[in-house]
Amino acid sequence: MINTTNTSEITPSKPALKIQGLTVSYGDKTAIFSVDANFPTASMSAIIGPNGAGKSTLLKAVIGVQPILAGQVHIFDNPVKNNLQKIAYVPQRVSVDWDFPTNVIDVVQMGLYRQVGLLGRMKGEQTSIAMDCLDRVGMADMWQQQIGQLSGGQQQRVFLARALAQDAEIYLLDEPFSGVDAATERAIIDVLKSLKSKNKSIIAVHHDLATVRDYFDYVLMINIKNIAEGLIDETFTNENLQSTYGGKLELTHAEELSAPKDRPTK
Amino acid sequence: MINEFIQFSLTPILIGILAGISCAVPGNFLILKRQALIGDAISHVVLPGIVVAFIFTGVISTMPMLLGAAGAALVAVILIEIIKRLGKIEPGAAMGVVFTGMFALGVLILEQTDTSKVHLDVEHALMGNLESLIWLKAQGWQSLFDLDVLKTLPDELFRIIFVCGFILSLTVIFWRWLKIVTFDEEYARTIGIHSSIINFSLVIITAIAAVAAFESVGSIIVIAMFICPPAAARLMTNKLGIQVIWSIVFAILAAIFGYIIAGYGPLWFGSENSVSAAGMIAVVSGIILLLTCMYGPCRESVGQKKD
Repeated sequence: MINTTNTSEITPSKPALKIQGLTVSYGDKTAIFSVDANFPTASMSAIIGPNGAGKSTLLKAVIGVQPILAGQVHIFDNPVKNNLQKIAYVPQRVSVDWDFPTNVIDVVQMGLYRQVGLLGRMKGEQTSIAMDCLDRVGMADMWQQQIGQLSGGQQQRVFLARALAQDAEIYLLDEPFSGVDAATERAIIDVLKSLKSKNKSIIAVHHDLATVRDYFDYVLMINIKNIAEGLIDETFTNENLQSTYGGKLELTHAEELSAPKDRPTK
Repeated sequence: MINEFIQFSLTPILIGILAGISCAVPGNFLILKRQALIGDAISHVVLPGIVVAFIFTGVISTMPMLLGAAGAALVAVILIEIIKRLGKIEPGAAMGVVFTGMFALGVLILEQTDTSKVHLDVEHALMGNLESLIWLKAQGWQSLFDLDVLKTLPDELFRIIFVCGFILSLTVIFWRWLKIVTFDEEYARTIGIHSSIINFSLVIITAIAAVAAFESVGSIIVIAMFICPPAAARLMTNKLGIQVIWSIVFAILAAIFGYIIAGYGPLWFGSENSVSAAGMIAVVSGIILLLTCMYGPCRESVGQKKD
């Protein structure tokens, strides 16, 4: 396992999210086994690994949706349990039924439920926060749209807007680019980069290996167990990709992915 | 005419309306969670519990029946688990066996009880007893303002008023939580909402509604009250709040028209006997659902992916 510290922009001295020995199982099947991770503050981190490697399970265990067998999770050195309000979670788009009778602004306002409480009234202030979040993902003009009529990319943007409304410190995203159009992918990455510039920490389960270098600074590679973790340049290597994906990845393909590109990343 | 209506039709219609609302409101969340058949399962499983409670207490009263129903539900969960483990069959089959088995057991126990002096028998348990919930002391509209006469209203009416009020207030108070847990359960947990408590409460509320409606519409037809009004309501609107209001409107319409058609309809066609009110309420609910399927303004958005 490679763990890189020390760089100029990232300050891993106090990791945004620290995971130690996290183990989760579904019945007899171990989903993740003793995973450690130190996701740095104010950076964009990717979690990569093959299907069934436990990437989504790891996120769900962190936010407490999935019961854990063993392990600890800390947010800025405090136990996650009493600090969930610092996390905004963006679930997989396909995890909900989009036929649900509601509209776009209503879904975004769900991000404010913790703030307004069970019976507190949604005032003009909350509506303008929600509208502002929709504007940031480029969906402001669709605020009244029935959610069943949105395209996949628009659904993903609404989910991101809902997370933005929470005004959290850490953003956990489960495959945010899965099944979205190119324009949405661009829009989402722009929002995430602007979050990073405001010292927010982004951690995303990602499965498009071709864009890992362009989008992220830090990577956790898992396949049930830890394979490697660290800054992209040092960690996203051919060797680590081979150990993560086993024989599933063509050698030439892996070399191509892990080679640092000359063109500057936007 | 008016006098006869108040004596024989007013209370059954009111009870039908309130039972319909009590079932339709939780039904909205069940159908959106794609768990509509939980209502069916619960209404079947609770029958032996209700019957056993009735045998022990000798009276039809909500609290013992609820306890009996809760006990029956617990037994059902344990049985399903045992059958799944020992029989190694799929969960759906295990549930099917347990629900129908317990329902049949309820019917058998009921048949063995002495029905000569009590007013619970198989027919009423299955088909409801709406027609007998009458208010004989009433003498015209002024009886509605006469406390002594009001006291002779059937107890069932007061029970269903209480249950309906309870369900409606919980729905209003926990509206936001219900909505988000129904839409996106995992996300709900990340913003500090205890999804499992909400889900469990929804099942309990469904059981309370099933037990309360049992007296009026019986345990077979109650499933129509859980599913038809909310399903029809979904086709009328794309907003959850308005959907719940529509489901209440449809439950009211079904109760009123169902009771009147059952009581007077056959007479219009020259027949001398009326038909089962509970059965007719379910049929009217079904017709409302059919009409909304054909003409409801929002039927296109349901079940169709747009890109």
